[in-house]
Amino acid sequence: MSAFLGYAIDFASLCLTLAMLFALGRLFKGPAAQDRVLALDTFYINGMLMLLVLGIRSASTAYFDMALLIALFGFVSTIALAKFLLRGEVIEP
Amino acid sequence: MTEIPLWAALPAGVLLIAAGLLAVIGSFGLLRMPDFFTRMHPPAMGTTLGTGCVLVASMLVSSAAIGRPVVHELLITLFVVMTAPVTAMLLARAAVYRGDRRSRTAPRER
Repeated sequence: MSAFLGYAIDFASLCLTLAMLFALGRLFKGPAAQDRVLALDTFYINGMLMLLVLGIRSASTAYFDMALLIALFGFVSTIALAKFLLRGEVIEP
Repeated sequence: MTEIPLWAALPAGVLLIAAGLLAVIGSFGLLRMPDFFTRMHPPAMGTTLGTGCVLVASMLVSSAAIGRPVVHELLITLFVVMTAPVTAMLLARAAVYRGDRRSRTAPRER
Protein backbone atom coordinates (compact mmCIF):
# COMPACT_ATOMS: atom_id res chain seq x y z
CA MET A 1 0.00 0.00 0.00
CA SER A 2 3.00 2.27 0.28
CA ALA A 3 3.00 2.41 -3.52
CA PHE A 4 -0.14 4.57 -3.38
CA LEU A 5 1.51 6.90 -0.86
CA GLY A 6 4.57 7.12 -3.11
CA TYR A 7 2.44 8.03 -6.12
CA ALA A 8 0.55 10.60 -4.03
CA ILE A 9 3.84 12.16 -2.91
CA ASP A 10 5.04 12.33 -6.52
CA PHE A 11 1.75 13.90 -7.62
CA ALA A 12 1.88 16.47 -4.81
CA SER A 13 5.48 17.37 -5.69
CA LEU A 14 4.54 17.85 -9.35
CA CYS A 15 1.53 20.01 -8.45
CA LEU A 16 3.58 22.14 -6.05
CA THR A 17 6.27 22.63 -8.70
CA LEU A 18 3.61 23.83 -11.14
CA ALA A 19 2.17 26.12 -8.45
CA MET A 20 5.62 27.62 -7.78
CA LEU A 21 6.07 28.19 -11.53
CA PHE A 22 2.70 29.98 -11.73
CA ALA A 23 3.61 32.17 -8.77
CA LEU A 24 6.96 32.92 -10.41
CA GLY A 25 5.14 33.94 -13.60
CA ARG A 26 3.01 36.40 -11.65
CA LEU A 27 6.16 37.62 -9.89
CA PHE A 28 7.74 38.49 -13.24
CA LYS A 29 4.56 39.77 -14.91
CA GLY A 30 2.81 41.60 -12.07
CA PRO A 31 1.93 45.14 -13.14
CA ALA A 32 2.11 46.74 -9.69
CA ALA A 33 4.41 46.18 -6.73
CA GLN A 34 1.68 44.68 -4.56
CA ASP A 35 1.11 41.97 -7.17
CA ARG A 36 4.75 40.99 -6.87
CA VAL A 37 4.57 40.93 -3.06
CA LEU A 38 1.47 38.70 -3.21
CA ALA A 39 3.25 36.41 -5.70
CA LEU A 40 6.25 36.18 -3.36
CA ASP A 41 3.89 35.30 -0.49
CA THR A 42 2.32 32.49 -2.53
CA PHE A 43 5.76 31.36 -3.67
CA TYR A 44 7.16 30.86 -0.18
CA ILE A 45 4.01 29.12 1.02
CA ASN A 46 4.31 26.69 -1.89
CA GLY A 47 7.99 26.19 -1.14
CA MET A 48 7.16 25.45 2.49
CA LEU A 49 4.59 22.84 1.38
CA MET A 50 7.22 21.34 -0.94
CA LEU A 51 9.65 21.01 1.97
CA LEU A 52 6.96 19.30 4.07
CA VAL A 53 6.23 16.84 1.24
CA LEU A 54 9.96 16.12 0.96
CA GLY A 55 9.98 15.53 4.73
CA ILE A 56 7.17 12.97 4.34
CA ARG A 57 9.10 11.29 1.54
CA SER A 58 12.40 10.99 3.41
CA ALA A 59 10.96 10.46 6.94
CA SER A 60 13.34 13.04 8.41
CA THR A 61 12.53 15.75 10.95
CA ALA A 62 15.07 18.27 9.60
CA TYR A 63 12.62 19.35 6.87
CA PHE A 64 10.05 20.32 9.49
CA ASP A 65 12.42 22.84 11.10
CA MET A 66 13.25 24.30 7.68
CA ALA A 67 9.52 24.63 6.90
CA LEU A 68 8.90 26.41 10.22
CA LEU A 69 11.78 28.82 9.54
CA ILE A 70 10.51 29.53 6.01
CA ALA A 71 7.03 30.26 7.40
CA LEU A 72 8.48 32.65 10.02
CA PHE A 73 10.83 34.56 7.74
CA GLY A 74 8.34 34.66 4.88
CA PHE A 75 5.71 36.20 7.14
CA VAL A 76 8.16 38.80 8.42
CA SER A 77 9.35 39.70 4.91
CA THR A 78 5.82 40.00 3.53
CA ILE A 79 4.77 42.20 6.44
CA ALA A 80 7.85 44.38 5.97
CA LEU A 81 7.23 44.77 2.22
CA ALA A 82 3.52 45.53 2.71
CA LYS A 83 4.35 48.07 5.41
CA PHE A 84 6.87 49.68 3.09
CA LEU A 85 4.29 49.91 0.30
CA LEU A 86 1.73 51.30 2.74
CA ARG A 87 3.79 53.90 4.57
CA GLY A 88 7.06 54.33 2.67
CA GLU A 89 8.96 53.24 5.76
CA VAL A 90 9.20 49.93 7.60
CA ILE A 91 10.04 50.95 11.17
CA GLU A 92 8.62 54.34 11.97
CA PRO A 93 10.19 56.51 14.64
CA MET B 1 8.27 4.38 4.15
CA THR B 2 7.85 0.64 3.67
CA GLU B 3 6.29 -0.02 7.09
CA ILE B 4 3.48 2.57 6.93
CA PRO B 5 0.20 0.73 7.67
CA LEU B 6 -2.88 1.07 5.51
CA TRP B 7 -4.93 3.17 7.92
CA ALA B 8 -2.30 5.94 7.71
CA ALA B 9 -1.14 5.59 4.10
CA LEU B 10 -4.58 5.82 2.49
CA PRO B 11 -5.82 9.09 4.14
CA ALA B 12 -2.35 10.62 3.88
CA GLY B 13 -2.23 9.93 0.15
CA VAL B 14 -5.71 11.34 -0.41
CA LEU B 15 -4.82 14.43 1.64
CA LEU B 16 -1.58 14.94 -0.31
CA ILE B 17 -3.42 14.72 -3.65
CA ALA B 18 -6.03 17.22 -2.41
CA ALA B 19 -3.32 19.60 -1.18
CA GLY B 20 -1.47 19.49 -4.49
CA LEU B 21 -4.66 20.20 -6.45
CA LEU B 22 -5.58 23.07 -4.12
CA ALA B 23 -2.14 24.62 -4.39
CA VAL B 24 -1.98 24.41 -8.17
CA ILE B 25 -5.53 25.76 -8.63
CA GLY B 26 -4.80 28.64 -6.25
CA SER B 27 -1.59 29.61 -7.99
CA PHE B 28 -3.24 29.33 -11.41
CA GLY B 29 -5.91 31.73 -10.18
CA LEU B 30 -3.16 34.07 -9.00
CA LEU B 31 -1.70 33.98 -12.50
CA ARG B 32 -4.95 34.41 -14.44
CA MET B 33 -7.22 36.70 -12.40
CA PRO B 34 -7.65 40.17 -13.92
CA ASP B 35 -7.57 42.47 -10.87
CA PHE B 36 -5.40 42.70 -7.76
CA PHE B 37 -8.32 42.34 -5.36
CA THR B 38 -9.60 39.26 -7.18
CA ARG B 39 -6.03 37.99 -7.34
CA MET B 40 -5.85 37.97 -3.55
CA HIS B 41 -8.55 35.30 -3.20
CA PRO B 42 -7.27 32.12 -4.96
CA PRO B 43 -3.89 31.70 -3.19
CA ALA B 44 -5.65 31.77 0.19
CA MET B 45 -7.17 28.40 -0.74
CA GLY B 46 -3.74 26.80 -1.09
CA THR B 47 -2.41 28.73 1.90
CA THR B 48 -5.00 27.60 4.44
CA LEU B 49 -6.61 24.37 3.24
CA GLY B 50 -3.57 23.08 1.33
CA THR B 51 -1.27 23.67 4.29
CA GLY B 52 -3.77 21.99 6.61
CA CYS B 53 -4.01 18.94 4.33
CA VAL B 54 -0.22 18.55 4.03
CA LEU B 55 0.31 18.96 7.77
CA VAL B 56 -2.38 16.41 8.69
CA ALA B 57 -0.82 13.98 6.20
CA SER B 58 2.61 14.60 7.73
CA MET B 59 1.20 14.02 11.23
CA LEU B 60 -0.40 10.74 10.11
CA VAL B 61 2.72 9.41 8.40
CA SER B 62 5.18 10.33 11.15
CA SER B 63 2.83 9.04 13.87
CA ALA B 64 2.49 5.72 12.06
CA ALA B 65 6.25 5.52 11.42
CA ILE B 66 7.33 6.27 15.01
CA GLY B 67 4.46 4.50 16.74
CA ARG B 68 3.29 7.29 19.00
CA PRO B 69 1.27 10.46 18.27
CA VAL B 70 3.34 13.28 16.76
CA VAL B 71 1.65 16.68 16.95
CA HIS B 72 4.44 19.23 16.51
CA GLU B 73 3.17 20.01 12.99
CA LEU B 74 0.33 21.87 14.70
CA LEU B 75 2.86 24.68 15.29
CA ILE B 76 3.04 25.45 11.55
CA THR B 77 -0.74 25.15 11.21
CA LEU B 78 -1.30 27.58 14.06
CA PHE B 79 1.29 30.02 12.75
CA VAL B 80 0.03 30.02 9.15
CA VAL B 81 -3.62 30.31 10.17
CA MET B 82 -2.78 33.22 12.47
CA THR B 83 -0.58 35.12 10.02
CA ALA B 84 -2.45 34.72 6.71
CA PRO B 85 -5.23 37.27 7.56
CA VAL B 86 -2.66 39.81 8.77
CA THR B 87 -0.74 39.57 5.49
CA ALA B 88 -3.92 39.79 3.42
CA MET B 89 -5.19 42.82 5.35
CA LEU B 90 -1.90 44.73 5.07
CA LEU B 91 -1.56 43.97 1.35
CA ALA B 92 -5.16 45.04 0.66
CA ARG B 93 -4.63 48.27 2.58
CA ALA B 94 -1.43 48.93 0.63
CA ALA B 95 -3.27 48.32 -2.66
CA VAL B 96 -6.11 50.67 -1.66
CA TYR B 97 -3.62 53.31 -0.58
CA ARG B 98 -1.55 53.05 -3.76
CA GLY B 99 -4.57 53.42 -6.07
CA ASP B 100 -3.88 50.34 -8.22
CA ARG B 101 -4.67 52.08 -11.49
CA ARG B 102 -3.05 49.73 -14.01
CA SER B 103 -4.47 46.57 -12.49
CA ARG B 104 -7.97 48.03 -12.32
CA THR B 105 -8.11 49.10 -15.97
CA ALA B 106 -6.85 45.73 -17.21
CA PRO B 107 -10.27 43.94 -17.52
CA ARG B 108 -11.86 46.85 -19.39
CA GLU B 109 -9.09 46.93 -21.96
CA ARG B 110 -9.41 43.21 -22.61
